[in-house]
Amino acid sequence: MSNTIPTVFYLLLSALLFSIGAVAFLVKRNIITTFMSIELMLNGVNLAFVAFANHLHQASGQIFVFFVMVVAAAEAAVGLALIIALFRARETLNVDQVNLLKL
Amino acid sequence: MHLILFFIFGMLCLAGAINLLLQRHPINSALSLIVVMASLAVLYLLLGAEFLAAAQIIVYSGAIMVLFVFVIMLLNAGVEDLTHGSRAAYVVGIPGVFAIIAVLTAFFFTHRADFGTITLGSYYVSTAGISRLLFRDLLLAFEVTSILILVAILGAVVLARRDASE
Repeated sequence: MSNTIPTVFYLLLSALLFSIGAVAFLVKRNIITTFMSIELMLNGVNLAFVAFANHLHQASGQIFVFFVMVVAAAEAAVGLALIIALFRARETLNVDQVNLLKL
Repeated sequence: MHLILFFIFGMLCLAGAINLLLQRHPINSALSLIVVMASLAVLYLLLGAEFLAAAQIIVYSGAIMVLFVFVIMLLNAGVEDLTHGSRAAYVVGIPGVFAIIAVLTAFFFTHRADFGTITLGSYYVSTAGISRLLFRDLLLAFEVTSILILVAILGAVVLARRDASE
């Protein structure tokens, strides 16, 4: 059967997406890009959920991804509003210059 | 056929993610994130999740990324400064991430047989199946998320509003 693929390929792709997101989260200095790398990590996890939903023939994995999408949408709305409020107060998007709470 | 599609779009996905990491201008990062999300939608379709593929395109690469691009353009975000980030990120974080990748890869390939295989195109969840589960078994969770969305909308409006006293 030419359409058969090991499940680990999907899991590996998902792990790589998550890790690239984590590196981007640590390296990037722009607050919007940092926020986008969180979305990348969420997408990596979603891929693992869908792959397991297929592997175990359970539709609940897909339902879980649906809820992750809903929460990500809510998070993006609130987060971007916070970024706008932050930019209004500090006139910068660089996370290094937002250090009011730093010792 | 399915296998070729998986490799093409998997590679596209990884290329987009790496491009997000390498680009210094936020708008380029946002566009490469859209590439990642669109190719993930194709991968979902291959796994038989047609509703999620549509939702991925509409919600993620449509709504959420439009919001991102809108904010980037509204705030006129320029090229990122090349400051040195926290030392902890470079000393602990990045080697830690590579260690996690290495451990996961080794684990996946030694337990390759335990995870089994996926036959693409053999399993398929229709939108009717999803909605039956969502509106009958998980109705309470669904309603709670609608309240969450409502709270998020109110929060976004309150946070982004300009103070009247200014």
